[in-house]
Amino acid sequence: YCFAISLRFWCVDQAEQFFRSGHTNNWAVLVCTSRFWFNYRHVANTLSVYRSVKRLGIPDSHIVLMLADDMACNPRNPKPATVFSHKNMELNVYGDDVEVDYRSYEVTVENFLRVLTGRIPPSTPRSKRLLSDDRSNILIYMTGHGGNGFLKFQDSEEITNIELADAFEQMWQKRRYNELLFIIDTCQGASMYERFYSPNIMALASSQVGEDSLSHQPDPAIGVHLMDRYTFYVLEFLEEINPASQTNMNDLFQVCPKSLCVSTPGHRTDLFQRDPKNVLITDFFGSVRKVEITTETINLQQGSEIMESSYKEDQMDEELMEPLKYAEQLPVAQIIHQKPKLKDWHPPGGFILGLWALIIMVFFKTYGIKHMKFIF
Amino acid sequence: MLDEPQEQAEGSLTVYVISEHSSLLPQDMMSYIGPKRTAVVRGIMHREAFNIIGRRIVQVAQAMSLTEDVLAAALADHLPEDKWSAEKRRPLKSSLGYEITFSLLNPDPKSHDVHWDIEGAVRRYVQPFLNALSAAGNFSVDSQILYYAMLGVNPRFDSASSSYYLDMHNLPHVINPVESRLGSSAASLYPVLNFLLYVPELAHSPLYIQDKDGAPVATNAFHSPRWGGIMVYNVDSKTYNASVLPVRVKVDMVRVMEVFLAQLRLLFGIAQPQVPPKCLLSGPKSEGLMTWELDRLLWARSVENLATATTTLTSLAQLLGKISNIVIKDDVASEVYRAVAAVQKSAEELASGHLASAFVASQEAVTSSERAFFDPLLPVSLCGMDCLFFCPISQHSTLMH
Repeated sequence: YCFAISLRFWCVDQAEQFFRSGHTNNWAVLVCTSRFWFNYRHVANTLSVYRSVKRLGIPDSHIVLMLADDMACNPRNPKPATVFSHKNMELNVYGDDVEVDYRSYEVTVENFLRVLTGRIPPSTPRSKRLLSDDRSNILIYMTGHGGNGFLKFQDSEEITNIELADAFEQMWQKRRYNELLFIIDTCQGASMYERFYSPNIMALASSQVGEDSLSHQPDPAIGVHLMDRYTFYVLEFLEEINPASQTNMNDLFQVCPKSLCVSTPGHRTDLFQRDPKNVLITDFFGSVRKVEITTETINLQQGSEIMESSYKEDQMDEELMEPLKYAEQLPVAQIIHQKPKLKDWHPPGGFILGLWALIIMVFFKTYGIKHMKFIF
Repeated sequence: MLDEPQEQAEGSLTVYVISEHSSLLPQDMMSYIGPKRTAVVRGIMHREAFNIIGRRIVQVAQAMSLTEDVLAAALADHLPEDKWSAEKRRPLKSSLGYEITFSLLNPDPKSHDVHWDIEGAVRRYVQPFLNALSAAGNFSVDSQILYYAMLGVNPRFDSASSSYYLDMHNLPHVINPVESRLGSSAASLYPVLNFLLYVPELAHSPLYIQDKDGAPVATNAFHSPRWGGIMVYNVDSKTYNASVLPVRVKVDMVRVMEVFLAQLRLLFGIAQPQVPPKCLLSGPKSEGLMTWELDRLLWARSVENLATATTTLTSLAQLLGKISNIVIKDDVASEVYRAVAAVQKSAEELASGHLASAFVASQEAVTSSERAFFDPLLPVSLCGMDCLFFCPISQHSTLMH
């Protein structure tokens, strides 16, 4: 019985070790790329994720929310100042304290990429910046209308998967993130994460290439579809999570199987260093701080000097205290009757030359012939 | 102990070697590290005297200056290392300035009428510390009082000591509900350090923080890397006797500042030095910081700045190399030249031991390289030939293939 308990405590400690990630703060960038009344569900998607992320602890100062924001006060909205995510109007995700950072026509591809890369005019207010550092875990959620390799922004421009991958690479070069979780809910969403090549990125999408992501449920009173299926089930999953949850990413991958979603959700973890089963949901969706107990104080009383003494033994001093001795001479008799030494083995002469030739060939093949001009 | 010589330059060190039987040091102590860039090493009469004394001097010098782990911590995000180490994760990144905010949280003003002489405490204790650190950046200090600000976590009652406690697992969840009310970080772009003093409500008094073994923590405080610290201040139970609510509480600022300054040191990455064997280490003077600790910080920061500046310039070069023909404005080009010159100057100054000018040059290198990299007029997206038609081209650059 005691053995079982001690084993359990040891296992919990091991688990603590594994679950600890290297981040000290969390950010979220939530983007809804659509406008117009009939795209109500995209706004509801984004606001639902915004609500969950705030509930789990990420403050508004660490959330960059980009919305067209033309739903709540749209003349066609029968319930003004609300955005519902569930039929029968159970959940108003617009709420009282939503803070939209980029609204209406400010939601453009250029602004989105500027937010990610940090290449922002100096006059931009703090709330519109992603001030992440090398210890930030960032959640990026995008929703809207997409195609194979692109995502539409407000029906007037597109962002391609290559641009997105390059933007993430620029973020990595400047160490603007520790780990990144990318979630996309659009048609053919998986095409948007195909081109990522920077480390520490995990991606989820609502559908594969060639599939459409479907909407969930229309509401007869409001007259439009309220949410997309994938985000609806993700939201249901997130409602079960609280800041102390130990649920991990593998559970998130199981959300919305084909039977419920009709499309096949996909995910990509090859660029991610940690095993998904060791990654907590709250590592990205919440903001659990690392804390340490303060054990030291400074003595501010006047006139006292704390002295710290180290009584460590100094081994090296002891060694040098021994008297010096001369090394033993090798007796002559032994030298004369020594056996002949074996010659050292060298690889055949041509081998080394061949090896270097191979290395140079591989080098030029990888980096291109243009570097030859530096040699010759 | 010793008469201090004239003020030493940053990065310099004076070591006095005394005779073997001198009584300046206690008999069993071989060396002493003072608070202001001076050290004393005991000599020895021995055949190997030079080696032994030389080794002792090197040990003392290493304790007071740069060692491998200080360098490793400074370059933490550029090396493939283990991210789990708390020492390497804790310090703030190098920045031109910092904002320090002291907040008093009073959730129960009906019971406690709390007064704290924060201005006096800042003037007497914090400002000297920050002045000692002034070479490392610009500091601005502000303070506020928040009423009805709860911790967000319900403490548990311990009947054995009839007090309330928060154990280690609850502490991470304390910070978030409070943070949105702190209101800091609205104005400046510098990193902010928050120090909160929490006076628990009458219903939850006294409140103690327990460590993982269940014992109450002596300082009753905890800190979070790159964010700040929180201390719980319990009102003395004697003040409640025969008093009408609210009771007047005058906060003992000395006790509070002792903890806050210790947390500030930890958050800045001023670590405990590796004291060599048989060495006596002097405590810091009243500022709370020994001058050679500042030197260690400046060395680490200079190295970190140089690494950041060179990575930024390399990334910028790679970025621009992907676009075969690009028109760059003159400002960007001049910032790049300035950054490269500053990196070279800083490296030279470091090699010759002029720490102060090396640090300033490294800061210039970072500022110039960041200004060049983050210039808003550089193209934001890099498109290859294949997405030419889908590429939203920023109107300030010309892309020619």
